[in-house]
Amino acid sequence: METAVNIQRVSVLLGKRFRALDNVSVSLPQGKIIGFIGPSGAGKTTLIRSIVGRQKLASGSIDIFDMPAGSKRLRRMVSYMTQEASVYSDLTVTQNLEYFATMLGLDRSAIKPEVARLLQTVDLQTQKNQLVENLSGGQKQRVSLAIALIGNPRLLVLDEPTVGLDPLLREELWSLFRRLTGEGATLIVSSHVMDEAERCDELVLIRNGQLLAQGSPKQLCEQTGTHSVEQSFLKLIGENK
Amino acid sequence: MSVRKTLATTKRVLKQLSHDPRSLALVLLVPLLLITLLRYVFDGQPQLFNSLAPMILGIFPLLFMFLITSIATLRERTSGTLDRLMTEPISKGDLIFGYALAFSLVGFVQACLASLVTLGLLDVSVMGGTVPVIITAVFASFLGTTLGLFVSAFARNEFQAVQLVMPIIMPQVLLCGLFVARDQMATVLQWLADVFPVTYAVDAMTQVSRHANWTGELTRDLIVIGGCGVAALVLGAATIRRQE
Repeated sequence: METAVNIQRVSVLLGKRFRALDNVSVSLPQGKIIGFIGPSGAGKTTLIRSIVGRQKLASGSIDIFDMPAGSKRLRRMVSYMTQEASVYSDLTVTQNLEYFATMLGLDRSAIKPEVARLLQTVDLQTQKNQLVENLSGGQKQRVSLAIALIGNPRLLVLDEPTVGLDPLLREELWSLFRRLTGEGATLIVSSHVMDEAERCDELVLIRNGQLLAQGSPKQLCEQTGTHSVEQSFLKLIGENK
Repeated sequence: MSVRKTLATTKRVLKQLSHDPRSLALVLLVPLLLITLLRYVFDGQPQLFNSLAPMILGIFPLLFMFLITSIATLRERTSGTLDRLMTEPISKGDLIFGYALAFSLVGFVQACLASLVTLGLLDVSVMGGTVPVIITAVFASFLGTTLGLFVSAFARNEFQAVQLVMPIIMPQVLLCGLFVARDQMATVLQWLADVFPVTYAVDAMTQVSRHANWTGELTRDLIVIGGCGVAALVLGAATIRRQE
């Protein structure tokens, strides 16, 4: 299987002392949904920021599609959705999408159809001319997701994309994620909710800045002799104490 | 850098402002009200008001644009949108120059309004004429914009950003020659005034009000203001990092 992201002995220091990531090595396959799972404060967001090239590494290296993370050519292929909905609350949904599409370098003529496609994808057609500040939390989150989908990126890095969404919407998003991988995209999705972990193809369990385990949900259960990701996670923590 | 992306940023910032009519009204109208207020404060001394008003026209655009720009760019830094943009195929210039252009345009409108009200309705007369007053006011608002862009990097929240007016702009206003002629201040303060950019905005306005022709000192003042503005832009760009 082709590798999308190759992380080699990465350590990250936040501030002077705090070791947010400690010698993490992991290789992530292409065309899959990869879950970064761990309690809050485990280092999921730091790992994500490192992958999109926003975080300075204390040591180690990250390659994406065989190019160093953060390099210029990757900026068109990798999209990043931060944990909080990073959108302009004093613009309308459409204005947000149009601006980010322009900044991404889409052709002028391609922007309108692309915005229409994305509005449909995240089901915000009726809200398209509303200011983002007047939308609900879940709707804001979907605007943010739509921005991450502009221009069909090869790698989508989504930090807690389903937080605060109702079950129906979560269901729809997961089928969207599935569809995207079907089209060849790779998705990295972080979550601290274990029932979401079961839906991923590949899991990366993180705790205290360290890699606890990697594998498919089934592999992890077999390896630990448990019946759910949650149980295997707990068992792994117990073994590592 | 790309012209298209820079202009897209300018357009975006202006659209954001247009959705906030109250802020826009505060920026455009409050300077007019304050200058009018001052006119009646000096009701018994019209001569004094006539010499102060042009200086005020150099300070207000700078002050207002500093405030609005520092808050707006701080929001960009803290809302996560900067995080997102820094992973996209743009250059920092697309962002910084887009911002500078948007707020300079607002500054231009503000400077025109304030100058026209002061010279037209409040009967302030300057030897140099209306156009040099507006040009100087626009330079001052450009400087305010770029200082705001730069300084926002040192504020963690909007509360701090507003407070920064006090250490950064107030000393410059106190020493610029508005309250006391600069040659009557303590020598050390005169040196300080010589390196403060606001001094040159006020000096330029004084040149315009006292001389019928365009003086060499006016040109020098505008070059200093513009140069400081460009320097603040470059420094501002340096405070935005792709990797943190």
